[in-house]
Order: sequence, then structure tokens, then C-alpha cells
Amino acid sequence: MATNFDPDPHPHQHDHDAHPEYDTVERVEHELDYFQVRVLALADILKEKGLLTTDEMRRAVENIYSKSPAIGSRVVARSWADPAFKDRLLEDASAACLELGIDTSSINHLVALENTDEIHYMVVCTLCSCYPRLLLGQPPTWYKSFPYRSKAVADPRGALADLGYEAPEGIELRVVDSTADCRYLVLPRRPAGTDGWSEEKLLALVTRDSMIGVGDALSPEEYEAGQEAVAG
Amino acid sequence: MDPRYKVGDKVMVQNRFPPGHIRTPEFVRGKPGRILRYFGNFRNPEKLAYGEDGLPLCPLYWVEFTVNDVWKHKPGQAQDKLLIEIYEHWLDPA
Repeated sequence: MATNFDPDPHPHQHDHDAHPEYDTVERVEHELDYFQVRVLALADILKEKGLLTTDEMRRAVENIYSKSPAIGSRVVARSWADPAFKDRLLEDASAACLELGIDTSSINHLVALENTDEIHYMVVCTLCSCYPRLLLGQPPTWYKSFPYRSKAVADPRGALADLGYEAPEGIELRVVDSTADCRYLVLPRRPAGTDGWSEEKLLALVTRDSMIGVGDALSPEEYEAGQEAVAG
Repeated sequence: MDPRYKVGDKVMVQNRFPPGHIRTPEFVRGKPGRILRYFGNFRNPEKLAYGEDGLPLCPLYWVEFTVNDVWKHKPGQAQDKLLIEIYEHWLDPA
């Protein structure tokens, strides 16, 4: 008999099984896969032993998802607005981030890389999904996908083209594989037509993908067009 | 531990395939590169992954490879590079 807690979204639809294509509402209840079972078992053991509470785990997850590319954007905008800061960032990225109140001490070694008219850096992790989560939040799905991870090193200009970006002809493309202790933040080229712009105004031109090196920052025109699209 | 290599040194990545938590990508094993930067000394991830302390610390380098030296199908422009972090015990002088 159906109750309010019945997971079946169509409890009274008797021909339900005969027409599974009509069942467009995804059920909340489902079989756990292998890794979900392992994670739950590990969490239970940690709780039983008194090493972690559910509240601590929830707070840790909450902390992970509180990070976003907006943090990295602040670093980039300051670098564009203040060349002396940029120099310090390229010399010692963690110390420079701390100037902005961004504590990156949980990253073993943070490296900032400047894209210029001669050199273009792009970042990949071919072995897994290493990413400067403190500064950029969780990586996009494509960053963790096998096609990007393999093609970024085996055909980097092709991988960029797949993402809609054409690396300038003749530029030295440097694919940085984040395989060990370093995490990388790319400083995109400062867009043309932004002379005299304030740091706050520049902030809006920084994009997540430009900090991974698979795109450029927005031009003022692209930014305006985007604002109109949102407003419209 | 003092680093064995200095910036600009030519190196060859060891071409071996041990099991375990190895951070040297397979596609550069047996390939020639050049030391671009020395990052400092870090705990050995091959040991850390199995609950050990990862000591002694290992020098970690940024090794630069030319894309077209790494792949037979030569997908890059001549100046395109791959920059990969490699621990010293994976490198030989070239």
C-alpha cells in the first residue's frame, strides 16, 4: 500500500511497468554502487571509532563547495592592476595570495604562470584531477574527462579547439601536467581596451577557463554582450 | 638532499614500469627532456600512498619536453612544450 514515504512516484499507475519510458521522474532510492558502499562503510567506521562526527564531515564537504573561481579572479585582477603584486605572485604565489587574505597553506607548492603574447600555458592533470580547488573551486567535468586529459598532452592545440579556443599561431604553447606536488594558477593576458580600469572592474573579465589556460579572459565587448544576454 | 640537476641540464626519464602509486606519466618514460625549474624537496608520494612517511625527501623538478619529441605522430608546432613535475629518482643524465 502506498504511503507518503513510498519511493515509487507512480503508486497508482498500474501499467507502469509496461511503459517504463513514461517514468521520467528519477527515483530517489536506488542501488548503491561499489564505491558508495565503501565510502559509507568507511564513514561508519570513523564514526564508530570516534575519529570523526557526521557534523564534521558535513562541514568539511560544505567547506569544499564554498570555494569558487571568484577567489582566483581576485588574484588575477590584482595582478593586472598592480604589476609589483604580479611580480611577487610569480616569485612566490602562496605569499602573494596571503596578502589578499587567501590562505593556500594546504597546497604543497602553488605556482602562478603568466600568459603573454609569446607563451600560453594550459593546465591538465593526466593522472587524475589535480586542480587548485582552493582558488578555483571544483574542477569542471571536462577537466576530469579522459578525452581532455589525454588529448591535452597528445594534441594540445586540438584539445583547445575542442573547447572552442584557437591558440594563436606561432605562440609557444606550454601544457602543464599537474602530476605531483604543485598546483597551477594561470594568469590570463589582460584584455585590450582596459587601460585605467579599476581592479573591481577588471574582476568581471576573469573567467574560470582563462585561469586553467583553455581560453582568454573576456574582452570588454564580450563582457557587455554577456550582461545584455542575462538582462534580456 | 641537494638536487643533482641544475636548470638547463638535459635528462632522460627512466623507462621502467613498477606497480604502485607512480606520479611519472607513462607517456614521458624513456623520453628526453630538460630541467626547467627546481621546485624543492618533497615527500615521496610512492611511499606516502602506502602509509609510510615518504622520507627521505625527494628533489622535484619541472622537466620540459618538446611535444614532438614525445609523440611519434608529432601533433604540435615545433615550439610547443609539455611541462611535467618529475622526482629526481626517475631521471638520468642525458
